[in-house]
Amino acid sequence: MSSNNVIQDESQLSADIPNEQVLKWYQNMLTVNIMDSIMFEAQRHGRLSFYMVSAGEEAVMVGSAAALAAKDVITCQYREHGVFLQRGFELKDFMSQLTSNCNDPGKGRNMPVHYSGKDKVGVHAVASTLGTQIPHATGAAYALKMEALEDSTKEPRVAACYFGEGAASEGDFHGALNMAATQQCPVIFICRNNGFAISTPASEQYRGDGIASRGSGYGIETLRVDGTDIFAVYEATKAARRKALEDGGRPILLEFMSYRISHHSTSDDSSAYRSSEEVAQWKTPTNDPIARLRQWLEHKQLWSESKDNETRTQIRKDVIQELKLAEREKKPALSAIFSDVYADLTEEAEAQRQELKRIMSKYPQEYDFHQHVGGLGGL
Amino acid sequence: MSRLLRPAARLAASTRAFAKVPAAPSFAQRAAFARPVVFGSFQCRSYADNASGVKEYTVRDALNEALAEELEANEKVFILGEEVAQYNGAYKVTKGLLDRFGEKRVIDTPITESGFTGLAIGAALSGLHPVCEFMTFNFAMQSIDQVINSAAKTLYMSGGIQPCNITFRGPNGFASGVGAQHSQDFSAWYGSIPGLKVVTPWSAEDAKGLLKAAIRDPNPVVVLENELLYGQSFPMSEAAQKSDFVIPFGKAKIERSGKDLTIVTLSRCVGQSLTAAENLKKKHGIDVEVINLRSIKPLDLETIVQSIKKTHRLLVVESGFPAYGVSSEILALTMEYAFDFLDAPAQRITGADVPTPYAQGLEEMSFPTEQLIEDYAAKLLRL
Ligand SMILES: Cc1ncc(C[n+]2csc(CCOP(=O)(O)OP(=O)(O)O)c2C)c(N)n1
Repeated sequence: MSSNNVIQDESQLSADIPNEQVLKWYQNMLTVNIMDSIMFEAQRHGRLSFYMVSAGEEAVMVGSAAALAAKDVITCQYREHGVFLQRGFELKDFMSQLTSNCNDPGKGRNMPVHYSGKDKVGVHAVASTLGTQIPHATGAAYALKMEALEDSTKEPRVAACYFGEGAASEGDFHGALNMAATQQCPVIFICRNNGFAISTPASEQYRGDGIASRGSGYGIETLRVDGTDIFAVYEATKAARRKALEDGGRPILLEFMSYRISHHSTSDDSSAYRSSEEVAQWKTPTNDPIARLRQWLEHKQLWSESKDNETRTQIRKDVIQELKLAEREKKPALSAIFSDVYADLTEEAEAQRQELKRIMSKYPQEYDFHQHVGGLGGL
Repeated sequence: MSRLLRPAARLAASTRAFAKVPAAPSFAQRAAFARPVVFGSFQCRSYADNASGVKEYTVRDALNEALAEELEANEKVFILGEEVAQYNGAYKVTKGLLDRFGEKRVIDTPITESGFTGLAIGAALSGLHPVCEFMTFNFAMQSIDQVINSAAKTLYMSGGIQPCNITFRGPNGFASGVGAQHSQDFSAWYGSIPGLKVVTPWSAEDAKGLLKAAIRDPNPVVVLENELLYGQSFPMSEAAQKSDFVIPFGKAKIERSGKDLTIVTLSRCVGQSLTAAENLKKKHGIDVEVINLRSIKPLDLETIVQSIKKTHRLLVVESGFPAYGVSSEILALTMEYAFDFLDAPAQRITGADVPTPYAQGLEEMSFPTEQLIEDYAAKLLRL
């Protein structure tokens, strides 16, 4: 898109993007944005311990996820709510994790925004340890490559991995790219370069030309893309996916340029290290991904002020409703503290479970087990 | 509540049923360990009994056979690491596997421990069963984050939907003449992590049975081998030569039965302790029971406690650093579970609390030796 959000060369657009699909992208970008602001506030009110918003990066998440296939395997950092949403996570799924209730597939074990989505949307559980997900994607891609070799009738799949430009300084980034290149794994490395790693600006994160310049060093085809332009993101990811599957598989590196409009997390106050003028520049219709897509939709007469207001109001209502419902749900069964450390409960863990149950039964007034599914019986 | 997440002594005293002590091995087998260990020169230390189908195997051959059998049995198994394919492994453990199984199943990697460990974990999270070889566990420090934070925790943190069937293996612990960054024992590091299983084979049978069990186990397993054992030969029973042979985790092996003192030990120190036990028998007529832990997580506490009930004395022998180590753990557990059965304070022999020195004389002083074990046991028994 040009700076006034008109597509300059329509012939470069894939034929498979009907208007309804673009409207769905817009709806998802809005949903992430509104959910983020509500949950950020909810944290301030003490309803959850922590939250991270993704304002400014909605197009990166939604556009790239839209270009991947449903069966592709994804590993994320922590700011990729839009990827989860675009792949079928529902508000209820987000809220279940954020309130760590009994419907959270992660069984309430992980801090907020660390979603576990392997079963529902093919996204590995989010880890706090930066960079670890990058070689995991290489490994997942290796497994997919083996699968394709064994059974050529299966639809070929890729792995995709999201990470920040800060995480790309970790050794795991190097390990993952070098391994993927030498083993020719069908994996798309998606760097979200949002300019900051907490307070560290990209200019202090590296001295080279961003992350893209590293690709050629590994022998990996690379593309740098405007991450606020959802069409560019979508087309780049689509092309990357096609290339990743060529010649029996190979890695591709994408660097999406955007800006982290909000604070790093609820634990951060970014006014300490950047000016409000700088941030304001990114909230304009030339730079903000949601405003950009909205303008495009309005040019095409697919959208209007009133529709926008209506949709935003509805999303707000839905998010608040789902949050309330999720808060009312019971917490995961107490047995979840012991299970899944190993595939089978160990003898020692079983002994401890029984002992905990004995003590809780003896001193019921000391423990609030009623908030957990099944109460004491859930242990 | 955290108090409850540690075993309470009360728990053991009341309800635990202890497994029967397995029969001791015959003396003929044990005679093999009479020769003292000399750094760097390992030869065949026992003899074959062809009539009963027992064969001599080096630990290296046993590991190689285990890998070959598991690669053969399950398409999902593959092995990767530095020099494992073309070069047949830094210690030749993967000899012949590339030729037999091809480059898709036996993979040489760049020198990127965090990268190939991460790849292996990613592949495991996607349903394959990788065997990740570290040239030595010293270099696994480059990827300790992947092992601890990714492999060990993902099943739990994903809510039980992402199992990680992976085996990490390679030489660990004492190695001779290679200095502090090549010669140290990481048993306690891995042994303290919930989500990991950790085994420490000594003999060829241990090596084969434990490695095969590790590859089949749905959890991440760390197999801590020892470089100095690779070339040692041990008798391998007919049953152990078969492809269905596995050794269950969490079961220690009584290598030598005795009534006067219990020595609990692991890996290379098992052989040293057996030699010391023979010498104590010869010189003092003392019967030492030697327990080879085989697996340190899960730990076979029952066999240890059962033995202490019989001998009333405990000595733990290991080559790790003394602080917060395997022996610290066993002594603590003994206090919790077997204090009333002890006639003397439980003792331990460990590596020295210094980075492993290179100079041979200093190096020898930094690790348990047969003489030291013998002397210390004699002191404990007031001989
Ligand atoms: C191994 C590790 N080191 C440090 C941290 C602390 N930490 C959390 S987020 C973060 C910044 C990451 O920045 P970037 O990768 O650019 O992603 P962004 O937050 O901008 O999306 C840091 C340093 C961590 N979680 N893990």
